[in-house]
Amino acid sequence: MAALSMLKSLRKCATHHLSNFRPSFCHHVASISRSLSTLVLAEHESGSIKASSMSAVVAAACLSEKSSISVLLAGSGSSLHEAAKRAASCHHSVSQVLVADSDKFVYPLAEPWAKLVDLIQQEHCYSHIVAASSSFGKNVLPRAAALLDVSPVTDVIEISESHLFVRPIYAGNALCTVRYTGTNPCMLTIRSTSFPVPLMSDASENEAPISQVDLSTFDEDDFSKSRFVKNTSQDTDRPDLGNARVVITGGRGLKSAENFKMIEKLAEKLGGAVGATRAAVDAGFVPNDLQVGQTGKIVAPELYIAFGVSGAIQHLAGMRDSKVIVAVNKDSDAPIFQKQKERISSDMKPANKHINHHI
Amino acid sequence: MSMNPFCEIALEEALRIKESGLASEVVAVSMGPAQCIDTLRTGLAMGADRAIHVDYSATLYPLSVAKLLKALVDVEKPGLLILGKQAIDDDCNQTGQMVAGLLNWPQGTFASKVVLDKEKKVATVDREVDGGLETLSLDLPAVITTDLRLNQPRYAKLPNIMKAKSKKIEKFTVQDLKVEIKSDLEIVQVTEPPKRKAGINVSSVDELIDKLKNEAHVI
Repeated sequence: MAALSMLKSLRKCATHHLSNFRPSFCHHVASISRSLSTLVLAEHESGSIKASSMSAVVAAACLSEKSSISVLLAGSGSSLHEAAKRAASCHHSVSQVLVADSDKFVYPLAEPWAKLVDLIQQEHCYSHIVAASSSFGKNVLPRAAALLDVSPVTDVIEISESHLFVRPIYAGNALCTVRYTGTNPCMLTIRSTSFPVPLMSDASENEAPISQVDLSTFDEDDFSKSRFVKNTSQDTDRPDLGNARVVITGGRGLKSAENFKMIEKLAEKLGGAVGATRAAVDAGFVPNDLQVGQTGKIVAPELYIAFGVSGAIQHLAGMRDSKVIVAVNKDSDAPIFQKQKERISSDMKPANKHINHHI
Repeated sequence: MSMNPFCEIALEEALRIKESGLASEVVAVSMGPAQCIDTLRTGLAMGADRAIHVDYSATLYPLSVAKLLKALVDVEKPGLLILGKQAIDDDCNQTGQMVAGLLNWPQGTFASKVVLDKEKKVATVDREVDGGLETLSLDLPAVITTDLRLNQPRYAKLPNIMKAKSKKIEKFTVQDLKVEIKSDLEIVQVTEPPKRKAGINVSSVDELIDKLKNEAHVI
């Protein structure tokens, strides 16, 4: 058999110019506000809607002053129906919940999900389809977009107008404003950290109607080619890295997995999540789901403390929107010190012990 | 032009698959202006058997690339299509998923490990996902996109770089592949992100904690 390998050739960066750009995640342009209908692809776990999917709902509500949102959930069993009930009253703009109940959706595989989105779009003709830029959204939405012959806009951090979006490029070193000029649907994935879910929830007193999706036309053969085998995940009581208020990260400077225990202790004290750089994961100190960076997780906590992190561009891409950044590093010339708000140049172990002691 | 790092990893994986006897040849493809040929020569020097250049000088968005790739796949009929998960310039992370959808092939994205079973024609793919690692079993032919930890690409050795200069690079145009390049995206502007306020040096841990508590109010 032949293996075909697609290689992308990188060009030099195109022209860019400075602009006074004040980011706020939602701009309502004073123009004729069209009434839009949006489908949100949502994930659920243990009967609840995932936080990232809630951000997708918030983003969908930003698309226009008059938005009606349908939330699509797929899976099987009682936890699916519990999640559907929660979705029905999670936001005042949610007007409908669609439930695809089938064995084919026990694990969120891209193949049945993309087909499901195609099926639903053919019937309902939404103007927009939105998903969070989670590993689920990134895996599913582009495949669905190809079936619908649409160029999606991925990893959106700001919605300027219903078809005008801002997204980061070059690991966040530049921002690209892109307009979707095609026909319906306009498809996007959004960065959850850019669309925070308000604490005072926009929950609705009204429960939106819940409808079952008719899956009778779903062909069995199409989805047997891809099978879920297993999941290895860390079961932890600590808050999810993607939406923790405080993140403590360790880098290569920690030198051992043992030293990471200090990070964990501090995280516990501050009620925060533990993060890591790619170098720390590659060195085997911690598993990959703790990786923060351009191709790892994007975080934007209130407080980000980095121990022994040099601050490579790819790591900064994952945490540059944190409110307060503290860097602790022996090397006072490390690149991370260009970015941080507070810094302390000192040895890791004593600094950590000291912080732990004082908090 | 330089090769996208994720694509280097993809090519490396394809080469390893061939070297373990599971593939008969590796074909490297690049799409864009004439400068793509440099990238393809690097691919040939690393060990690809053949190269294909799809010649197009204007902007190619992922959907167009996916359509062109599908047309090539219909010509070449490979058992496996392997790509980098994203390009480090546009950071799109779309092409692999799109071509898999167009081909109706199973997809294994963000792969950190790939094991092929030639007899059963199955690829077992470990994927890096939000919660950790997910393992999927995919019937071939399939599309795989590569993540950082899949492998460490080899350096092309000088004798191979020299040999690559005389290896053939086949050229296709968009018309040859009968694909209509649709343009449904418009880049309005590219700007710098807002600058962060400069940081301050703190001389002791006590001072740090004091500032975090009383000034920044984050602890």
